[in-house]
Amino acid sequence: MIPAHVAAQGAGVPLSWDLAQDIRQLFEFHFMVNAFRAGTVVAIAAGLLGWFMVLRSQSFAGHTLAVAGFPGAAGATLIGVNPAWGFFGFCGAGAAAIAAVPRARSGTQGGGFSEESAAIGTVQALALACGFLFITLYRGFLNGVNALLFGTFLGITDGQVWVLVGVAALIVVALALGGRLLLFASVDPDVAAARGVPVTALGVAFLLLLGFAAAGASQITGSLLVFALLVVPAATAQRMCARPAWSIGLSVGIALVVTWLGLSAAYYSSYPIGFFVTTFAFAAFAATHLATAVARGRRSRQAP
Amino acid sequence: MRPGAVAEEAWPERAAAAAPATPTVELVNAAASVVGRSIWSGVDLTVAPGEFVAVIGPNGAGKSTLVKVLLGLLPLSGGEARILGRAPGEANQEIGYLPQRRSFDPGLRVRGIDVVRLGLDGDRWGVPLPLVSRWSRRRKEEDERLAEVLGLVGATGYARRPVGHVSGGEQQRLLIAQALVRRPALMLLDEPLDSLDLPNQASVAALISGICRDRGVTVLLVAHDVNPILSYLDRVVYIAGGGAVAGTPHEVIRSDILSRLYGTPIEVLTTSDGRLVIVGQPEAPAHHSDRHTHA
Repeated sequence: MIPAHVAAQGAGVPLSWDLAQDIRQLFEFHFMVNAFRAGTVVAIAAGLLGWFMVLRSQSFAGHTLAVAGFPGAAGATLIGVNPAWGFFGFCGAGAAAIAAVPRARSGTQGGGFSEESAAIGTVQALALACGFLFITLYRGFLNGVNALLFGTFLGITDGQVWVLVGVAALIVVALALGGRLLLFASVDPDVAAARGVPVTALGVAFLLLLGFAAAGASQITGSLLVFALLVVPAATAQRMCARPAWSIGLSVGIALVVTWLGLSAAYYSSYPIGFFVTTFAFAAFAATHLATAVARGRRSRQAP
Repeated sequence: MRPGAVAEEAWPERAAAAAPATPTVELVNAAASVVGRSIWSGVDLTVAPGEFVAVIGPNGAGKSTLVKVLLGLLPLSGGEARILGRAPGEANQEIGYLPQRRSFDPGLRVRGIDVVRLGLDGDRWGVPLPLVSRWSRRRKEEDERLAEVLGLVGATGYARRPVGHVSGGEQQRLLIAQALVRRPALMLLDEPLDSLDLPNQASVAALISGICRDRGVTVLLVAHDVNPILSYLDRVVYIAGGGAVAGTPHEVIRSDILSRLYGTPIEVLTTSDGRLVIVGQPEAPAHHSDRHTHA
């Protein structure tokens, strides 16, 4: 029996050949159960919103929102409040800042180039700079920086899990109500606007939800590796399937699987969770690309 | 190919809606301006139900502005507009709109049929439940409606491919299907022939004219060049020089009328095959975008 603090120090837990025994061991400690709960909830939210983010080509905005969580958590620690407040507060504020910038539209005349990506980059640089300032102000915080940037699965409290459940529930309900409108507004903004779909309002609401999802995912994968859950499963799913409903389901499924695998691998080894989640997600992405390339090659060879 | 194999008669709701007294589009002394700059003024236009009307004119003359006015997206700065007997914007549920655009992003991983379906239900709140919707009657009717419009535009063969992967002409057919899927009384098509090669221009023009004639849908089509659609047109609106002239093609596209409109000498020549060539118009060279011809 390995006590929690040994695992916490990164010694890793020995893996046996008995799979049932390994899985039982995985859930032996409450911190690990909470890690799975939080990871599951975060993966669902990130898989859903990430799909729309990839569809809308707003990955850069998503990354900036994730990075905004870093100064948020650092600042919250500095003033002595729960980091979750910092994550959600800063990600929400970042979403509002990005929403204030007019959206560039590809494929339509009149949209053309806008200052969108430059403004988003500015927000991102400011967020990182603030985070660094807060860390400098709060001395002795340095151990936590790695966890903020690259994630940890240790010490997730019941309270944190419930906050994540609440955020994920909000996202699921919002998408269940307005998902089809958002799809229309994303794929075909001009026609949607003519049909009375509130395209701009939906865009702002989407960014806010994306900020919340990024804040939630940051708490597992860290600010810099949020993309492992937000982009990669969605991009993989869209590559596999062009049918929206199935593709969204696949995106959530891939996010869940890589989170579970990442948590298990991190538990049984001494290496950080962010690395494992990212690596498994990347493996799925690369395998899908390879498979579609092979399939296309075979099809073009069969064609006369 | 004539793709109108499904149900040749006009859509019943159209026959009822199109009471002959109400013009589909009516502009009286209309004027439009964008950020304080006058685009056109003094425009009078009456489009009767079932007509095929082209809006022609040089770049920047305000053709798309006219479409936005008819959709209620831009208020008139003067005069009056009635669409299907109502104020602009109030009849949009009965208008099939195809905006000016080049193409879908090649990386867009959504099927053509999904884009068409969004034309039917994209403005509805909520999402269909995966299992319940499969047996619902509404879903079945919608599936039939989709199959009908896809057959009508001849897009059945590629509707299940990602929309970014099909050619420009195929995308345009899918978008026409999307505009048609609610059985509109009026179709507003903003440069549907732009970015298509010549054979595709001819076949899409024939398709639109067939829909107009067989289904009784009024079509108002913005075009750069009148020639691909000349033989189908009931009426032309020529916008240039801050004003517009409406009438049959041979009433409007004449040297004296266009010279007065542009305020500069214009000569209209007719080639041996009946095509019109307009010489002397102060226009920047037409740009040809063929991003998708390689597909």
